Amino acid sequence: MEIKVLGPGCANCKRLFQEAERAVAQSGVAATLTKVESMGEIVSFGILRTPGLVIDGKVVASGRIPLAPEIVTMITSAAAKA
Amino acid sequence: MSLTAPLESHPPRHARSSAVRQGAALTGVLALWGLGYWSISPAAEWLTTSVAGLSRHEPLGAAVEFFLFEVPKVLLLLTLVAFVVGVIRSFFTPERTRRVLAGRRETTGSILAALLGVVTPFCSCSAVPLFIGFVTTGVPLGVTFSFLVSAPMVNEVALALLFALFGWRVAALYAGTGLSIAIVAGLVIGRLRLESWVEPWVYGVSAAGPIPADESLRWTQRIAAGREAVREIVSMVWPYVVAGIAVGAGIHGYVPQDFMASFMGRDVWWSVPLAVLIGIPIYSNAAAIVPIVQALLGKGAALGTVLAFMMAVIALSLPEMVILRKVLSVRLIAAFVGVVGTGILLVGYLFNLVL
Repeated sequence: MEIKVLGPGCANCKRLFQEAERAVAQSGVAATLTKVESMGEIVSFGILRTPGLVIDGKVVASGRIPLAPEIVTMITSAAAKA
Repeated sequence: MSLTAPLESHPPRHARSSAVRQGAALTGVLALWGLGYWSISPAAEWLTTSVAGLSRHEPLGAAVEFFLFEVPKVLLLLTLVAFVVGVIRSFFTPERTRRVLAGRRETTGSILAALLGVVTPFCSCSAVPLFIGFVTTGVPLGVTFSFLVSAPMVNEVALALLFALFGWRVAALYAGTGLSIAIVAGLVIGRLRLESWVEPWVYGVSAAGPIPADESLRWTQRIAAGREAVREIVSMVWPYVVAGIAVGAGIHGYVPQDFMASFMGRDVWWSVPLAVLIGIPIYSNAAAIVPIVQALLGKGAALGTVLAFMMAVIALSLPEMVILRKVLSVRLIAAFVGVVGTGILLVGYLFNLVL
């Protein structure tokens, strides 16, 4: 599973990254977590607001910071679909 | 793909009783809020005079009472406003705004964009993805600029605070002139055909992916959005508010009465340009600027000058210009600042003349 946090480096993006890290650890799913800071790549996902959360290429959240429990739900439902 | 977490579906009976419980909790919280709010003034006075032994007619006492009065008051107001804003915003998303604006003719588009900018959530860090997202999906450049001007400037938090502290007339004035500036700026930039001044790579970005479908939220989700907005807005803004109030307290306590009239008053023709020039490089949050505005007005500054200052601070922020440099050429940024700055200047003069 590939999880990406999209954001140019503002405080919100860092927080989302922390929540995502916690969620990955809690979920126990094997996932690579990367932070995407290059504007060109961020924009290619079509989001209008940062920060953005992408799981396996699909945007699951944008413009808000879902907390770890919610991200765990997203991860497990994505894993179930895989 | 839904942008909100799916809630478990409840059978109707549970949904009704949980809605009732939520409604009761909300009413309780509002009552507590009211109690707190109306006890601030006597509390601030008591703390300053009886507990700290200061006189409110002395500079230090006046400053301290101002601070003790304003901090809880503004924070409480902020909490209420943030909640209402969060709920309102759940009805408007940038994605929906973009869909409404795409392909519109410039005049109606600019008006719509300015209006939507007021209620659509916007943070400076999102300026770039938002700009690119709008421009690459058929929203004209001028219309996008109308949105970019009105979104930070005619900020609901600022409006609500202005309303609470100065009454509906000042708030309506600010909103009306802010919207006019946004609309005119967008029209002017659109007419000037400055698309070539946008960084070339922007138009090369493929308008990505399917636009997410509209989700219609339930009221429990909207209230949750309100609570989350409170958490976000207040936690981001409160240091600025305290700093702004400290500055306001200093002005209130230590600046002689009518001092501001000497260089921010109506009879000084250069007060408006000066206010705008000072305001541009300063970045402040709308919530923090309002206490400063209040203190300045109390010391004799003219309303037009002060409003111009406030607009310049909020709408033309240096950090946002730096961020937008990624997508706009320096010339376009200069044009943007020039057009908006001129608008703000005119508004300032107009008010000083009329009021």
